[in-house]
Amino acid sequence: MAAYETLHHDVLVIGSGGAGLRAAIEASSKGVSVGMVCRSLLGKAHTVMAEGGVAAALANVDDRDNWRVHFADTMRGGQYLNNWRMVELFTKEAPDRVKELEAWGAVFDRTPDGRILQRNFGGHKYPRLAHVGDRTGLEMIRTLQDHGIHQGIDVYQEHTIVSLLKDGDRIVGAFGYDRGTGSFKVFKAKAVVITTGGMGRIFKISSNSWDCTGGGISMAYQAGAELIDMEFVQFHPTGMVWPPSVRGLLITEGVRGEGGVLRNSLGKRFMFDDIPENYRSQTSTDEEEGWRYIQGDKNAKRPPELLTRDHVARCIMREIKAGRGSPHGGVFLDIAWIKEKISNAPEHIKRKLPSMYHQFKELAGVDITKEPMEIGPTTHYMMGGIKVEADTQMTTVPGLFAAGECAAGLHGANRLGGNSLSDLLVFGKRAGEFAAEYSKNNPETNINQSQVSDIMSWALAPFERGLKNGNAFHLQSQLQDFMQNLVGITRTEADLSQAISKIEEIKALIKEVGCDGNRNFNPGWHTALELNHMITVAEGIARAARERKESRGGHFREDFTEKSAEFGNVNISIIKSGPDAMEVKQKPKLELRQDLAQIIEEMK
Amino acid sequence: MRAELRGDETMKVKFNIWRSGNSIGEFREYQTEITEGMVVLDAVHQIQEESAPDLAVRWNCKAGKCGSCSAEINGRPKLMCMTRMEDMPKDKPISIQPMQAFPIIKDLVTDVSVNYRAKKKIKKFKPRQPDAPDGTWRMAQSDIDRVQEFRKCIECFLCQDVCHVLREHWLHEKFAGPRHMVYAAALEMHPLDVEDRRDDLKHTAGIGYCNITKCCTTVCPENITITDNAIIPLKERVADKFYDPLKSLFRLFSKKS
Repeated sequence: MAAYETLHHDVLVIGSGGAGLRAAIEASSKGVSVGMVCRSLLGKAHTVMAEGGVAAALANVDDRDNWRVHFADTMRGGQYLNNWRMVELFTKEAPDRVKELEAWGAVFDRTPDGRILQRNFGGHKYPRLAHVGDRTGLEMIRTLQDHGIHQGIDVYQEHTIVSLLKDGDRIVGAFGYDRGTGSFKVFKAKAVVITTGGMGRIFKISSNSWDCTGGGISMAYQAGAELIDMEFVQFHPTGMVWPPSVRGLLITEGVRGEGGVLRNSLGKRFMFDDIPENYRSQTSTDEEEGWRYIQGDKNAKRPPELLTRDHVARCIMREIKAGRGSPHGGVFLDIAWIKEKISNAPEHIKRKLPSMYHQFKELAGVDITKEPMEIGPTTHYMMGGIKVEADTQMTTVPGLFAAGECAAGLHGANRLGGNSLSDLLVFGKRAGEFAAEYSKNNPETNINQSQVSDIMSWALAPFERGLKNGNAFHLQSQLQDFMQNLVGITRTEADLSQAISKIEEIKALIKEVGCDGNRNFNPGWHTALELNHMITVAEGIARAARERKESRGGHFREDFTEKSAEFGNVNISIIKSGPDAMEVKQKPKLELRQDLAQIIEEMK
Repeated sequence: MRAELRGDETMKVKFNIWRSGNSIGEFREYQTEITEGMVVLDAVHQIQEESAPDLAVRWNCKAGKCGSCSAEINGRPKLMCMTRMEDMPKDKPISIQPMQAFPIIKDLVTDVSVNYRAKKKIKKFKPRQPDAPDGTWRMAQSDIDRVQEFRKCIECFLCQDVCHVLREHWLHEKFAGPRHMVYAAALEMHPLDVEDRRDDLKHTAGIGYCNITKCCTTVCPENITITDNAIIPLKERVADKFYDPLKSLFRLFSKKS
């Protein structure tokens, strides 16, 4: 019988990206013992991919900015389905969290007078994104990592958590394995923080890293935590489309922030054809004015390329479907054109967007200072996930906390670019703070031995099944294919129902696939186990999408193309109601506090 | 001979991939179909799915940003996700082996934990007092260009892999390696930092072991000018402190040590 090692901590953080690191740092600063589990190597979580910047109302570039404007922008972008208390805390605290990063060694690009520089981004009224070229995510995770390693946190690198452990209603820890040796570990903890990020890997075309399989969302659900907004998946409008191996790779919105424009095969800037009602007052209808906005003219309105991602993605899909797309099935994003406006355009582009220049040159043989890029929508971010209480980030399961992309509520139906990096800092910190407090105020926990034995047997089952029914990679591919086709940018009742029945088929097949070899660093085994989480998250998305019979934010129904007042007042909630039963409910959203409603009115 | 693929064309390519574990260590041949625009990591994934689901390989972003997929391809240290199949000769099997400067865990996965231990030994960032009443600092863009180059490092450890002091002489416990010289330089040259790491650079990080071979600079996927911009200036600072006769004399007669 396989044995396991037991490790004790007051707080266990599962996931070591921006949110996980920030949570672990905060928790350990409260004097409690903290363990942090990372699936990959430390400092290599998907956070490194973030390019645009971290949004905070520092008002370093435009002194008209403040938390209220940021609040209104975020609520508008979220189509008013956001948890407004989270948005309030977020917009108020983001500036301090960014300044704190600088105090820990982060080196952001500067304004002429030496302060943190901020750039324009879609949906933000004023330039708000602190950035380092186009590698802000790397800067953030590295700064947190370099600070965190001196805080006395125990880091478990290349460990995967497979299940949370409970004693009655309370979380008592988690069960996982060391990816290198395959040995099992039980982490006993008084509070657990889930910071496992997104789930992009359940779709075929995605900007997400291997890490992003939605594991934490699934584990929280299995432990009885409520999920919300699962239907709101963000399809980023600009991913690469060619060559096939880079399909889905992200092209930062920053390209459009620096003047990049979208054109169809006729050379037309098609975004001007469709400007939504609620953004009309702040969007220009004139190409010249759009360029002046990019240059920093405070009296100019932003170009329509900088509208919110959900809208831009749908406009692009429309052009492609109408046959006005690019040769490989996308549209054109052109930044080379700015040479008509500024004299040293190629140098400027290389300096402001070095990773984009490098990425296109190395992987597609395209020089973005000379020619346009072919781009198309890609699965990028999960607005939905684990429901949390705004101030403490505690889930509906006592002792279980969540922060970052895997938590839901901050971004509502659609996230603004730049808001994710600051989300990680603000709520990572809160989750760590309150998890530490919870662990101080609550008694020791007890691990149920037979629960652990059951999980161990289940985890080893793929070896017993062997490869006679195929390997997990094939099944994963099938899941990714039908999610892409049936639960993608445009959804219908029929497609979603078909997706749900395919999900049921896959659930049965997961119990039949297996792996060979031994437990030492065996990706076939790891994938066979991970599939269980991916399928749970896929089911949540498909069921929630079927429930919401309207189009709003990132969720678009071809059979219900308009926003409905009825659905505008509810969040879709998901909870486990039995061994294989996912219950979907509509829950009325919290009434907006009067003073905050006032802010939204003023900013319309 | 390089074969260019166009459109729907495919070709079968052979790979010799290092397999290890349970006291075996050998190259095994695999074959897979290559299509236009594939990178080596795509081929490895296909081989995993088609013939070797227990093939151990590290990867994450597949875009040259996370530094996970370092390996030696036809003997050259590279990121597998940034090595285009188009650029590889296909008349012979393409060999893929793990980084040679670290102990092998399994197949293409090596034990890189020594790097995390070396980093921890370097004193952390220590800023001066804030410049403004609101607790913030002022730094000019021209003052930070230097350290921003160093902070592009994705910790792929290819520079560590290729450095003969580590790779051939296995002096991991005495020499922190080029990556950590870059890390130390990013701190020493940070406009706000007031810490002095010169003692540690000499005695703990072993900066003296670097003899300016510059192999590290040639393999860096972020094109960081490791030797010229990070290591040599650090060596000069260490030499100033420990080997400059005038300064030593001055120190002898002043209260400071």
